[in-house]
Amino acid sequence: MPKAEDIKKVLVIGSGPIQIGQAAEFDFSGSQACRALREEGVEVVLVNSNPATIMTDFEMADVIYIEPLVADVVAKIVEKERPDGILAGLGGQTALNMTAELAEHDVLSKYDVKVLGTPLEAIYNAEDRERFKQTMERINEPIPGGVAVNSAGEAEKVVAELGLPLIIRPSYTLGGTGGGIARTMEELREIVSYGLQVSRIHQVLEEESVLGWKEIEYEVMRDAKDTCITICNMENLDAMGIHTGESIVVTPSQTLSDEDHQMLRSAAIKIIRALKVEGGCNIQFALKEGTYRVIEVNPRVSRSSALASKATGYPIARVAAKIAISLHLDEIRNDVTKETPASFEPAIDYVVVKIPRWPFDKFPTADRTLTTSMKSTGEVMAIGRTFEEALQKALRSLDIDKDFGTGYERWSEAELKHLLETPTDDRIFAIYEALKKGISVEEIAELSNVDQFFIKKIEKIMRLEARLNENLGGNLRKAKRMGFTDERVASLTGRTREEISDLRRKEGIIPTYKMVDTCAAEFEAKTPYFYSSYEEECELKPSARKKVLIIGAGPIRIGQGIEFDYCTVHAVKALKEEGIEAHIINNNPETVSTDYDTSDKLFFEPLTLEDVMNVIEKEKYDGVMVQFGGQTSVNLAVPLKKELERLGAKTVILGTDPENIDIAEDRERFSKFILHLGIPQADSGYATSVEVAKEVASRIGFPVLVRPSYVLGGRAMEIVHDEEELVRYMHEAVRVSKDKPVLIDKFLEKATEIDVDAVCDGEDVLIGAIMEHIEEAGIHSGDSACVIPPQSLSKDIIVAIREYVKRIALGLQIKGLLNIQMAVKDDVVYVLEVNPRSSRTIPYVAKATGIPLAKLAAKVMLGYKLSDLSVKEGELDHVAVKEVVLPFSKLKGVDTILGPEMKSTGEVMGIDYEFDKAFFKSELAADNPLPLDIGSTVFVSVCEEDKEAIVEVARKLKETGLSIVGTEGTAEYLKQRGIAAKKLKKLHEGSPNVIEMMHSQEIKLVINTPTDKQSYKDGYQIRRACIDLGIPYITTMQAAKAAASAILKMKESGGEIEVKSINEYFG
Amino acid sequence: MFTGYHYDNIPAIEKLEWGMKAILALEDGTVVEGEGWGAEGTALGELVFATSFTGYEEALTDPSYKGQILMLTYPLIGNYGVSGAKFQSEGIKVEGFVVREKCDYPSHYKSKRSIEQFLKEENVPAICEIDTRMLTIKTRRYGTMKACLRVGGTEEKEKVLELAITQPDISELDLIEQVTCKKPYRIKGKEGGKRIAVIDLGVKRNILNNLAKRDLDIFVFPANAEESEIRNSEPDALLLSNGPGDPKRGKNAMRVVKNFAGEIPIFGICLGLQIIALALGCDTYKLKFGHRGANQPVKDLKSGRVYITSQNHGFAVDKDSMDGVVELTQINANDNTVEGFENSYLGIKCVQYHPEASPGPWDTEKMFFDELVNYTRSGSLQRQ
Repeated sequence: MPKAEDIKKVLVIGSGPIQIGQAAEFDFSGSQACRALREEGVEVVLVNSNPATIMTDFEMADVIYIEPLVADVVAKIVEKERPDGILAGLGGQTALNMTAELAEHDVLSKYDVKVLGTPLEAIYNAEDRERFKQTMERINEPIPGGVAVNSAGEAEKVVAELGLPLIIRPSYTLGGTGGGIARTMEELREIVSYGLQVSRIHQVLEEESVLGWKEIEYEVMRDAKDTCITICNMENLDAMGIHTGESIVVTPSQTLSDEDHQMLRSAAIKIIRALKVEGGCNIQFALKEGTYRVIEVNPRVSRSSALASKATGYPIARVAAKIAISLHLDEIRNDVTKETPASFEPAIDYVVVKIPRWPFDKFPTADRTLTTSMKSTGEVMAIGRTFEEALQKALRSLDIDKDFGTGYERWSEAELKHLLETPTDDRIFAIYEALKKGISVEEIAELSNVDQFFIKKIEKIMRLEARLNENLGGNLRKAKRMGFTDERVASLTGRTREEISDLRRKEGIIPTYKMVDTCAAEFEAKTPYFYSSYEEECELKPSARKKVLIIGAGPIRIGQGIEFDYCTVHAVKALKEEGIEAHIINNNPETVSTDYDTSDKLFFEPLTLEDVMNVIEKEKYDGVMVQFGGQTSVNLAVPLKKELERLGAKTVILGTDPENIDIAEDRERFSKFILHLGIPQADSGYATSVEVAKEVASRIGFPVLVRPSYVLGGRAMEIVHDEEELVRYMHEAVRVSKDKPVLIDKFLEKATEIDVDAVCDGEDVLIGAIMEHIEEAGIHSGDSACVIPPQSLSKDIIVAIREYVKRIALGLQIKGLLNIQMAVKDDVVYVLEVNPRSSRTIPYVAKATGIPLAKLAAKVMLGYKLSDLSVKEGELDHVAVKEVVLPFSKLKGVDTILGPEMKSTGEVMGIDYEFDKAFFKSELAADNPLPLDIGSTVFVSVCEEDKEAIVEVARKLKETGLSIVGTEGTAEYLKQRGIAAKKLKKLHEGSPNVIEMMHSQEIKLVINTPTDKQSYKDGYQIRRACIDLGIPYITTMQAAKAAASAILKMKESGGEIEVKSINEYFG
Repeated sequence: MFTGYHYDNIPAIEKLEWGMKAILALEDGTVVEGEGWGAEGTALGELVFATSFTGYEEALTDPSYKGQILMLTYPLIGNYGVSGAKFQSEGIKVEGFVVREKCDYPSHYKSKRSIEQFLKEENVPAICEIDTRMLTIKTRRYGTMKACLRVGGTEEKEKVLELAITQPDISELDLIEQVTCKKPYRIKGKEGGKRIAVIDLGVKRNILNNLAKRDLDIFVFPANAEESEIRNSEPDALLLSNGPGDPKRGKNAMRVVKNFAGEIPIFGICLGLQIIALALGCDTYKLKFGHRGANQPVKDLKSGRVYITSQNHGFAVDKDSMDGVVELTQINANDNTVEGFENSYLGIKCVQYHPEASPGPWDTEKMFFDELVNYTRSGSLQRQ
């Protein structure tokens, strides 16, 4: 059947901000879907609150809304646009929930909007635990015994029936939020009460434990004609009990016989048929010795389907979108072979390993144990012709300074056994070290539930290390085939990296590149998607065209998110426009940059010097671009330049000279440079010992900002108020050494922070935007809300900012992008930091101003002058506020206050004609809605220095009809100034206290600024309760002011949000 | 607590390298050197590749691979050992075995031995640590090539290459007689159940299992069985099995088909389909490199639905020669070759793929075998 003719206009719902459990994979699937629909002549209307996405680019859809993803708002878009259909299955759980809500509120029926693809019924049957159970029972598919409960009391009764441990899963949440394993009654009560809170329908499932069973997944697709195919299966190296998003995953399965595989595959097809899914679906099984249980079904594309797409080359989202408009699988072309239809199953002739990227480096206090809830922010994928090769490539793709090798000797045998039993991000290294310490494969398998197959492979790696030292020549090729880097071989054999690298070339041991072609070479493929391996035949056919390699950003992590993928993709677009062949090297399976048709050639590889150089040597590029992939790629600039020179390669690093990049990155050189330009900067110094640190601090005066040199996202950065704190920091937080000094800057209190993104061609500077932060300097710029255009800066200040930007850009001879962070205090503009690369605000600037900075920068790097590119800085008549999304709900035990260390995972944008309205929208989009209902209660508790400022905030809140409660100090202070505020008891003083009121859902907003150490504990409990109970909260005075003003403005204008497409703003 | 898998006869970990070299020579002059495993010796045959990542135990013992050296495109082979439970005949049928990497330490609760021990016991030579993807691409471009695999004595490169080139073409070999049963036998079904005569051209065990599972009384005949012999078993239907080589060499089976056509329902799987087509006057031809894998899409022309099937064939029926003889019912969605036909007048129904799987997807098992039983009951291509 040809495509449905009555579907001419489709609403595509995106997944909103990046958060733990929902990362860049939905930008990848959403963009594929938009392209697939438009290919068929369908008009696409898109809504997503996340500006840092490719899918919200002007050219991706016909009409784009960057508006909050809440039902009321989306309903307005439906009313305005009148789409024929809504595509729910490509925007993650967010889009699925949104579609369900729109249907429940009768919005879809009222405007006659069809749910395309998988019917709502199927969504309910898969997601509602009780209905899922009934469906599985109806088709005789075994599931773990379990009961859905709606209260803690019911939950406790179940123990008598199913015993402990029990697995707890809340209904309708993403990334398994709120789930867990209850081994005791106490744990059960805790997990259940939290799970009930976070579930959209206040329901959790208690389940028979299949801990230790193998976890196997299938990606399945079905069309309306009932053709069913599986794209691939995946075997989790970590057994049941760890969320698949937290597991090391291997594709295809390694330890399943054909009988095991076909049994699960047949079950998967039976399930997708029974659910009547039309599109893609992910099914998880637990397997033990020929017996299995169906664990979970996701009736939509998912993180796993993104992984499956990249692992096989099969574009699941694209095909799912076509199925949604009634095409059948055999009517859709396999885009990879161009000749065969999409109705086949990919054949893989390599091994794929995925490893999650965790944020524990940013949260030293977080519990690192891996459970059924997600804690990772992103992932890497690696491809090899052996498992060892894929595993070692994946490990170095993580960019975490950890690898097999040394550094684990400190673990005692007892500690190792504990690490094997209790999975953390370190377990893979614990397996390696355990083997080294002589713990048997059998014992490791028993403790860890990792299949012996995988442990034996790690043992092979470990044994080869020993033999490399005995006989390098005889084992070098073997080592490379097992994924060893030159650097590792060098350190094992007491040589230098360069020696090994040269030896390898001399012996002809150079990588071959193989194609990912969906069919194991059975058909000729047209898609240029490659991975390296040490084999005989190289399938790469370098063209004679002019070509450039763009280095990607690797896994999504805090401080380096989807924004850099956005920049990478835009660089490709710029190159293509210029007729230059654009190649990408990257290792993140969730992204658009690693989609098979984004670049002219895609290399799915780690981003180390060796891996990048190997590609450069094969392709002999004219240039390499290092500015777009964040700190990961910028860090490669200097070593790459050296290596290119060492080998006499003709490839050059495009854009800003790495030498000048180094000036900006090296604090000492940078400080001199800024001084030389006559630009104010905060006093600073650096220290290689505690004594020197004390001297520096006393010279520049407390408070000071301290941090290690060369860091990303403000890692281990702190504001230190006195010498005692300084000494503690120097002893505990960092290990100081000669090579790694600690940087000490004067901390500018109560300063306004400014971010600027600009492009420079060496002669002219184009300022994309000046962004004013809502929060004061001291809060990491990545965690601060900010606004374009600036709202409180005087003309003179703006002139000064522009002048400094120009001076710095020209002084560093920037060719391409630069991002500058500044602070304004007492009408003086200080420069804090210069990043000679793409920044995380580039996509936000592009969406707010319409200026495609990344693309312009790429063109400048190719030699264009800004004057050739006909782009002008312009005045905006709208306001765009960026607000951040923080991961605290996924990380228990972490405090929610903001500081100089970045903690956010993603961002949203609110856009309107007034700041207040844009701010209101941004808070709503960030799932921190500000209350409007009269009589809603706001809890206020601020520190001493904020008391004066809170008065005005409280007055405004009162004016809007909200009522105020507060702790003794704050309430009393307000009363004295004529503002009625009810006093609440402290937590230990009994009822009524704030936590109780929060539990009873009376409090709709919490304003709590961090306070002195005595009441710190109370503050922590209140802030934590906000997260755990999902109550909107604000922890800075500036945000409180903005919020009060926004609430008042919304009230005045009737409380209604107006929706407007980006296309209209730029009319 | 999960107690780990049971291992039998796993070689010691120290044995990381095995001294024996091996070479594989192809008729286009390609000679690759790798590590030898399995048995020492020389294997001759066509080099064919199969793309499924599981099912090596089934594939190695599939009689259809007689006369062929099997190469698997998935690089890690032997991971779950050999159970013995999934053999498709009494032992290994491939002439030689080619993989990228063999697994010395299999891990599976059903594993009884490693694949290397299995090959040694069955005296089959094998090669590993070579670029199998390169050989697959060569095969795709050149078409299936004659090959010679030698484990040990690898200094005689020229000779091995000559052996590869000078060996007879697969169409010149009588392979069926090497794999068919020597004597007829019966797998007794339910008392008074319908009887089916199976012409064993190299029948896979799971075809017989599927018939037995459905309570048919099964009479298996050697490929050279006489009509009278078959008639004596009073069959209600006839099934021509899968098997190796060129269908045009199955002369006796063609005669049997002609004798029974229109009398009782006749079914064919794979080689069986091709021989039935030839018996009815259609033609067959050799595919460039065949279909071997567990991912082949077959489109059912009546329902429009596509099924994923297991396939293993190097020859196909010429579609044009079918006009007016049989009705094309199923085609391969990749290359539109013949996957199934029927003739309701003569009561004939055949498939080119393997509904019995082993290895491969189970998607078409019920459809084919349940219909077979139905038609056998009714005596014609109508459901009873």
